Amino acid sequence: MVIVVCIKQVVTREMQVRVNDARTWIRDGEASWELNEPDAYALEEALRLREKHGGEVVVISAGPARVTQVLREALARGADRAIHVDGEHLATADAFTAAAALAAGLGSEKIDLVLTGLQSDDQGFAQVGVVLAEKLGVSHSTIIMDVQVEGQTLRVKRELEGGWFQWIAMPLPAVLTIQSGINQLRYATLKGIMAAKKKEIRAVPAPAAPPARQRITAVYMPEKSKQTRMIGGSPAEAAAELVRALREEARVF
Amino acid sequence: MILVVAEQKDGVLNRASWEAVAAAQQLGAPVRIVLPGAAVGTAAAELAQADVAEVIALEHEALATYTADGFVQALAALVTAEPATHLVFTHTYQTRDYAPKLAARLDRALVTDCIGLKIGGDAPLFVRPMFQNKVNADVVLEGDAPHLATFQIGAFRADAVKKGAAPAPVRTVAASVDAGAIRQKPEAPFREAKQAVDLTQAERIVSIGRGIKSEEHIALARQLAEAMHAELAASRPICDSGWLPMERQVGSSGQTVAPKLYLALGISGAIQHVVGMKGARTIVAINKDPEAPIFEIADYGIAADLFEVVPEMIKALK
Repeated sequence: MVIVVCIKQVVTREMQVRVNDARTWIRDGEASWELNEPDAYALEEALRLREKHGGEVVVISAGPARVTQVLREALARGADRAIHVDGEHLATADAFTAAAALAAGLGSEKIDLVLTGLQSDDQGFAQVGVVLAEKLGVSHSTIIMDVQVEGQTLRVKRELEGGWFQWIAMPLPAVLTIQSGINQLRYATLKGIMAAKKKEIRAVPAPAAPPARQRITAVYMPEKSKQTRMIGGSPAEAAAELVRALREEARVF
Repeated sequence: MILVVAEQKDGVLNRASWEAVAAAQQLGAPVRIVLPGAAVGTAAAELAQADVAEVIALEHEALATYTADGFVQALAALVTAEPATHLVFTHTYQTRDYAPKLAARLDRALVTDCIGLKIGGDAPLFVRPMFQNKVNADVVLEGDAPHLATFQIGAFRADAVKKGAAPAPVRTVAASVDAGAIRQKPEAPFREAKQAVDLTQAERIVSIGRGIKSEEHIALARQLAEAMHAELAASRPICDSGWLPMERQVGSSGQTVAPKLYLALGISGAIQHVVGMKGARTIVAINKDPEAPIFEIADYGIAADLFEVVPEMIKALK
């Protein structure tokens, strides 16, 4: 089976986020980048499905030139080939634009299953996978914690709120958005990294962007909703003061 | 006309639907509410207490159990027949599953996970968090109506809903659904394991996040929890790694807690976690990153290495 994994490159979780001078985005000129974590779980799930059922894992990312880094990383972890939908504007695109770019990049690929993370760590729309399913005209399900393929039927375990789950069957092809923690991630081996150098990253120019559906008018640091008392001093001083405050002010003991 | 899409399961209203009604009332007027399902009269009558123009019970046998395909068909047909300026949802797992497909089917804008509204300019501004809650963005929606918006659970208060002097009329509409075109075949919901720990009853909770770094450090958090007579809990990544059982997870996919004291150790404050604990009476955050979003909601904060502070706390508690 052909399994496509849509991946995104995002700024690292540790990055100290600063708003740019125009207040339209963050300052990411010198950011360090990583594979969006839920997408890493989607990739791992695809690799496991290939191990079980055979076939091919194709990774695709829509973004500026820098996203080849995460495509190369995915190849090193075991993906067979990669597609880069290349466009500078995709770095800050809305979900419809991103989904249109991914659909264009997939072109006439014959696809059995598309996996992607349930949302990205940057804009966090939680839309792209589902919109892509509609564009491809296929079934979908979201927040998936288990994937079973039986012939042309897919059976997936969907996470509900508050510790509940539900199994859902649907026909292939389909798009699934994968929840973090569905599996244990593997990391690239030296052999994988060497092998990745010989694998193909096919560049496809981004299609003309559809009219934007949403426009960011301002980006800013959140206003505090609570008066937080920051306790300083040495670790011993801070700990003693916190315990005192919890006993005498908050009265939680 | 603003249309709130409310949510029910087996005829029982999801309380979070009220929050969407509150958001819609702030967005403008008139407001209507639609409740898709099979036999939803009772829940629709409950919603009719709100100060709204009308409640629509959008009914079809095939909507008895939620499926993305069924709900998209039913709502797309309704909105096409009865135009709206906005569709307003609560950002539940169910909404996340089908609202993007509905927006794509209608070819209309969708803004997700909003936490506020700014009204008064040419167009409403939808406030939403980005970059793991580290910044907020004001977003304007473009293109033809209706515009779709989902609001984060807890962003608006259910008790802020304006009630009407008399119940609003309830109209039952037969949903237009081709049951044969529904591709998802859902089975009955289930719980993975019996919850041995009921964190919702805990008075004090010590909760750990990625900052705990490795499994062997959990012993330190456990010692602190014992010294505080607290239950030990965690954010999702810790349970994903198998360092603590899933039943100790706090957040949107785990338990929602409201203890007297919630002490967050090395937790950054991603929204998926915060929704599960922001109702705590006193929140303490210990995190070495002084800009971690968890400090935004903390009453007391220590921006320092938890491995230095926690042993001192244990000493101070003894």
